[in-house]
Amino acid sequence: MNFTAPESLIFWTTLIFIIFFFLLKKYAWKPILGAVKGREEAINNALESAENAKKEMQNVTADSERLLKEARAEREAMLREARDIKDKIVADAKEQSKVEGDKIIAQAQATIESEKKAAVADIKNQVANLSVEIAEKVIKEQLSNKDKQLKLVEDMLGDIKLN
Amino acid sequence: MMIAQKSIKLITVLVFSLFPLFAAAEKDSEGQSDDKEFDASELINSHIGDSHEFHIADWNGHPISFYLPVILWTDNGLTFFSSEKFHHDNKGQHVVEANGQEFVRYNEVIFYKNKFEKLSEEEKGAFNFDARPLDFSITKLVFSMLMASIILFLLFLAVAKSYKKNDKAPKGIAGFLEPLVVFVRDDIAIPNIGEKKYAKYMPYLLTIFFFIWINNVIGLIPFFPFSSNLTGNIFFTFVLSVITFLITTFSGNKDYWSHVFAPPVPKALYPIMIPIEIIGLITKPFALMIRLFANITAGHIIILSLISLIFIFKSIFIAPISGVFVLFMSILEMLVAVLQAYVFTLLSALYIGQAVAEHDHH
Repeated sequence: MNFTAPESLIFWTTLIFIIFFFLLKKYAWKPILGAVKGREEAINNALESAENAKKEMQNVTADSERLLKEARAEREAMLREARDIKDKIVADAKEQSKVEGDKIIAQAQATIESEKKAAVADIKNQVANLSVEIAEKVIKEQLSNKDKQLKLVEDMLGDIKLN
Repeated sequence: MMIAQKSIKLITVLVFSLFPLFAAAEKDSEGQSDDKEFDASELINSHIGDSHEFHIADWNGHPISFYLPVILWTDNGLTFFSSEKFHHDNKGQHVVEANGQEFVRYNEVIFYKNKFEKLSEEEKGAFNFDARPLDFSITKLVFSMLMASIILFLLFLAVAKSYKKNDKAPKGIAGFLEPLVVFVRDDIAIPNIGEKKYAKYMPYLLTIFFFIWINNVIGLIPFFPFSSNLTGNIFFTFVLSVITFLITTFSGNKDYWSHVFAPPVPKALYPIMIPIEIIGLITKPFALMIRLFANITAGHIIILSLISLIFIFKSIFIAPISGVFVLFMSILEMLVAVLQAYVFTLLSALYIGQAVAEHDHH
């Protein structure tokens, strides 16, 4: 190998390399690396926002599903409540009518009872008056002669003995 | 379609394997006229080394070259002249006069003529700074490096500009180069240096990765203005590894230096441990320098040796075999080109990562 003047190649290599390095650094590597990095960031951002959008979509879907479920539950509850109210009203009405009926019946019975009592009392009075009148008439007739009076006393005494 | 593809492949292989055949035939006729013994080591050395002119081809025995400027720091100040003035002489015979001084060239090293004549054969080396002016010539490798830098700069400038118009997915040249940039970031810088600190070293790592890669590939293209063995030159790899070493050294945090100067061993061992740690600092860039240089130079030597086989055996029947092997080696070297660029960048990132790492204190 020809070792042609080492200083020549060392000098020129150093000079050319350093100039070349700084030129490339300023005009090539900086813009290239910047562009590559910028694009990578842009891609990452795009991916991230896509991911976020997907998550948001999932949230929206979940929300609407939740709302639907809630609405359904509410409808169910309302229906149940209505049914309960209806049952209650019916039951109440039944009970009230029964109470009312009972009351009417009781009143009627009471009235009947009092009427009956009044009637019985009236009948008793009339019967008593009639009995007294009859008894008066009978006694008047029976005590019109002496024999009959004596017989009566004897009968009565006989009755007493029997007792 | 499949058959067509296969036959195209076959034809390509045949044409490539026959190329050396024609070359051999030409060279043979030249060899007879020159009556010169073929020297494979000289051929290989001149191909993997540096030179003051860019040899393109030989035409009728005359070399055609692209002449590069010679810049010398002499006793009389800076001196410029074209390498054409040496008239392809590399044996120290043709004298060039410039700026009132006389120069000769011997094995691509330029000497003062008067001092050169007194030198013995061993003293005529590139490290004999007494007998030669300092040489800051734009040599073949410097030319190649400039060209590579300009190509890369324009390429990445185009990529950078394309982002201004297009902020969506990259297309065209950016679509091809961006994955490589992202690869250096995600597979070299971040795992070795760490998420927090890698950004500061990204420009350096990207620069060395693409710079080494393109120079490796340029070295594999076997014609002008490519074919120079820049990354297989130890001075080039020396400069790159020194830069990595400097970055590592100046990035080193407290933990890094305390590991060097106050290693977690008994104090009695410090006289042994501290020198070892300091040697350890230097061996890392040294390994970087040798690894790249040796890998690339070895690849070039193998390809050149396979081609030289034809001339050593002086038989055109070797040519197809050589051709197939050269084709195979060239494809392998394409892989090595990117692999070595990757390894250099990876190890640089690893060393920087060690220097900036935050250790948990046990």
